[in-house]
Amino acid sequence: MSNFARQDEQALLIVNGLGHTYGGLQALKAVSFELFPGEVLAVVGESGSGKSTLLKILSSALTPTSGEIHYRSERFGKINIHQLAETRRRELARTEWGFVTQNADDGLRLGVSAGANISERLMALGVNHFGHLRDQANSWMEKVELPSARIDDLPRNFSGGMKQRLQIARNLVTHPRLVLLDEPTSGLDVSVQARLLDLLRQLVSRLDIAVVLVTHDLGVARLLAQRTIVMHRGQVVESGLTDQVLDDPQHAYTQLLVSSVLV
Amino acid sequence: MYIAVKGGHAAISASYELLAQSRSDEAGIGALSVVQIEQQLGLLVSRVMAEAGVSDRKLAALAIKQSCGDAVEAVFLLRAYRTTLPRFGTASVLDTGAMRIRRRVSSIFKDLPGGQVLGSTFDYTQRLLDFSLLDECDSESNKNSSDQLAQDVKSGSDDEGFSSPDALSKLIEEGLIEAATADIGDPEPSDITEVPVQYPVDRCTRQQIMARGDEGWLLGLAYSTQRGYSFTHPFAGEIRLGMATVSICPSELNFEIDIGEIELTECQMINQFVGNAELAPSFTRGYALTLGHNERKAMAISLIDRAQRVDEFTEERTAPAQDAEFALAHADSVEASGFVQHLKLPHYVTFESELELIRQLRAEHLNSNGSIKGDTDV
Amino acid sequence: MCDVTDRAIAAAPNVFRLHEGAALSAEHRSPTPAYSFAYLDEGTKRMIRRAILKAVAIPGCQVPFGSREMPLAYGWGTGGIQVTAGLIGSDDCLKVIDQGSDDTTNAVNIREFFSRTTGVQTTESTRKASIIQTRHRIPEIPLTEHQVLVYQVPQPEPLYKLEPRRSETQKLHGYREYGLMSVKLYEDIARWGHIDESYDYPVCVNDHYVMAPSPIPKFDNPKMHQMPALQLFGAGREKRIYAIPPYTNVESLAFSDHPFSVSPNEHACELCGSTESFLDEVILDKQRTLWTCSDTDYCKEQREAKHTGVE
Repeated sequence: MSNFARQDEQALLIVNGLGHTYGGLQALKAVSFELFPGEVLAVVGESGSGKSTLLKILSSALTPTSGEIHYRSERFGKINIHQLAETRRRELARTEWGFVTQNADDGLRLGVSAGANISERLMALGVNHFGHLRDQANSWMEKVELPSARIDDLPRNFSGGMKQRLQIARNLVTHPRLVLLDEPTSGLDVSVQARLLDLLRQLVSRLDIAVVLVTHDLGVARLLAQRTIVMHRGQVVESGLTDQVLDDPQHAYTQLLVSSVLV
Repeated sequence: MYIAVKGGHAAISASYELLAQSRSDEAGIGALSVVQIEQQLGLLVSRVMAEAGVSDRKLAALAIKQSCGDAVEAVFLLRAYRTTLPRFGTASVLDTGAMRIRRRVSSIFKDLPGGQVLGSTFDYTQRLLDFSLLDECDSESNKNSSDQLAQDVKSGSDDEGFSSPDALSKLIEEGLIEAATADIGDPEPSDITEVPVQYPVDRCTRQQIMARGDEGWLLGLAYSTQRGYSFTHPFAGEIRLGMATVSICPSELNFEIDIGEIELTECQMINQFVGNAELAPSFTRGYALTLGHNERKAMAISLIDRAQRVDEFTEERTAPAQDAEFALAHADSVEASGFVQHLKLPHYVTFESELELIRQLRAEHLNSNGSIKGDTDV
Repeated sequence: MCDVTDRAIAAAPNVFRLHEGAALSAEHRSPTPAYSFAYLDEGTKRMIRRAILKAVAIPGCQVPFGSREMPLAYGWGTGGIQVTAGLIGSDDCLKVIDQGSDDTTNAVNIREFFSRTTGVQTTESTRKASIIQTRHRIPEIPLTEHQVLVYQVPQPEPLYKLEPRRSETQKLHGYREYGLMSVKLYEDIARWGHIDESYDYPVCVNDHYVMAPSPIPKFDNPKMHQMPALQLFGAGREKRIYAIPPYTNVESLAFSDHPFSVSPNEHACELCGSTESFLDEVILDKQRTLWTCSDTDYCKEQREAKHTGVE
């Protein structure tokens, strides 16, 4: 049970005994955790740890070979995300969920303007007033610290950091309750990283979003996440409050991880 | 006073007249007969048959005559005719191994059971224009060249041809080449001329589309796979040309009867081997079957076939030839010709709407900018 | 949903009545070699009618059908022809127009085709026709419940310029994910202040499917809304049929603060004086341009009314 759980609050996401095998290889084994509204959970591990598989399963791009994930939806109530009808799952993906991909190009429409990118989810919800859409787009450009003069520019011409900010705006515009962040700062300059992380921290806390943050960077975990789970060879080897896990690691692998990084 | 344009009817009738004239024997030198086309332009006849999906040399020759030699137009004529034919059944699976072969080559063997039979081919000719053909007419037909050769060209001769097992059978036995096994449950292929194609499609459907596809398009795509747009290290395992028996099993009889023979070209390309932890490496195959004598096309199809089997071998899809929806949706010459050429039809209403829009936008641009950039000086 | 089925059934008599006509005239005069009534064999016509019924039951949804090779080229209206061939019966009266006119070469060609293969009466009068096959226009004279309008469609997929893969767009329609279209419309307004479609302007049918109305000018879009006649759309090369049953909502896509609008005519028809109909621009010489009704039958009717002084 998480120390973060607020009084009378129910878990937003319950991951239970998740496992995944393909081609004789067990990529994931017995992964379980809970996530509460407004909580940020870091999933930390190196490549091959299974964190990418976990992410694919959480975003329902992949169906696990064992275990299940329950999500408490505002629209559909408590559901098993892999048993839900495809139409509904796609609807949730446009509204209650967000997915900020590692490579911003994959999460944006590069051929349409920043404003269009931000407005898309709102239009999918039926917002049909151009003026309102534009106002929302402007407002969000501001929130993610993108210059409003560039609202009509194509993201193709944005820097890596700007694309990431746009991706964040595009996802958060519908106030999702659960957001997956996949290595949000990878490939960005160090100074850009710091500012982006700061932005994320503010937005997450202000909007009370639950976040699963997948990262190999312990510094990012420490800055953003209240809790951390450490993955190694497809299993969770350690979990707890981020500061505790990073300052006083119990498992040998975590100790190795922490000691080999200048944090 | 302005009088609205009329006379579409008259224009069309006049166009029929002109067409008839251009096809007619104006110089009085003798009209081209359908039989002559069938016999002396045999390869064109084969192409038209394959793309029309109709195995009938005489009809294909007729279509070629009527279309003044335009192959795509001839295919169209034959296909339109095919639409009117009643469908009374499906043939039993053809046994190409039992074909009466008149040409058979394999590049992977120096020699093989049944031998390499060169048959009638341009492959080893020198491409020098033969001006003696200018003077050739009925009485001077090449009696000196072997009658055997002349007979080769004529199809349906009963005493011609030999049969031979698949050149690859020994290699298959050794497990060096993937066996040609049916899909799970051996499902009935869906006939693309009756059921509309919806992507993604299975291999049977891809084969049908390519069998009827435009040779030029398929040739280009196949060529691209040899130049690096995907690459499958192909070898020509066996190409055979000959007559295959067609059998049906009518419900009234409940046993099989042979109803005749058709000419077919079959090609099997051997491609790079694959293997994984469980399966030992073996060569893979690209396959093609066309009506008539269409070697270039069959070879092209078999290259593309292999390139599109990416999912079976978990290969990466990187090239246009591998993208089935792109490569196959544009392979049909009749569809492509129709849509490209339909631009000749009147579009003045849609154009008028565009004019209205652009005038409006230019007016707005002028209002906000005071002038229109790009206009030449008045 | 009941709503739609009722309308489908109500529309069905149109379809079946015409079919009876076809069965009766099987022994009708036809040219040698013997072709079926309306060229297609009965099995094919049945297949087409089934596709039509399915389309009528799901307004605006593209229904795949086994399109046949026809004696006219793809792109020349084979889809429309197959739909008409599936419906037409010996007591029908057929009108064929292209660009609004009965006399354009393609309209003449198609009308000839049906005349030869059915012997059915043909007409240039919109009011007299029971089936109207059209390319790129909706007739100006309002249609009735006793008529069927068959549109020739080159490209049935409204999203094709945004996503060429039909395997993808099929899913998007199925999930009602029209984000691709909505961002395109947003971009148009952001860039031009207008939606950049002057013809084949996308519509939403029955508050559900986004549909391509065929390359009719946007001027004609409002006519589709709550039309009393059955509207059928045939795409031969792409092998799709779709339909708008009588009295169905058809809304051109737009924003509430940038609504769909048709600019009023700035000219009048040179021949009949109409300012209400869609006009063709005719360039006479370097100095003079004049405008005439694209719908030749409508223009004729207007001129005759003026002549006799009838309002």
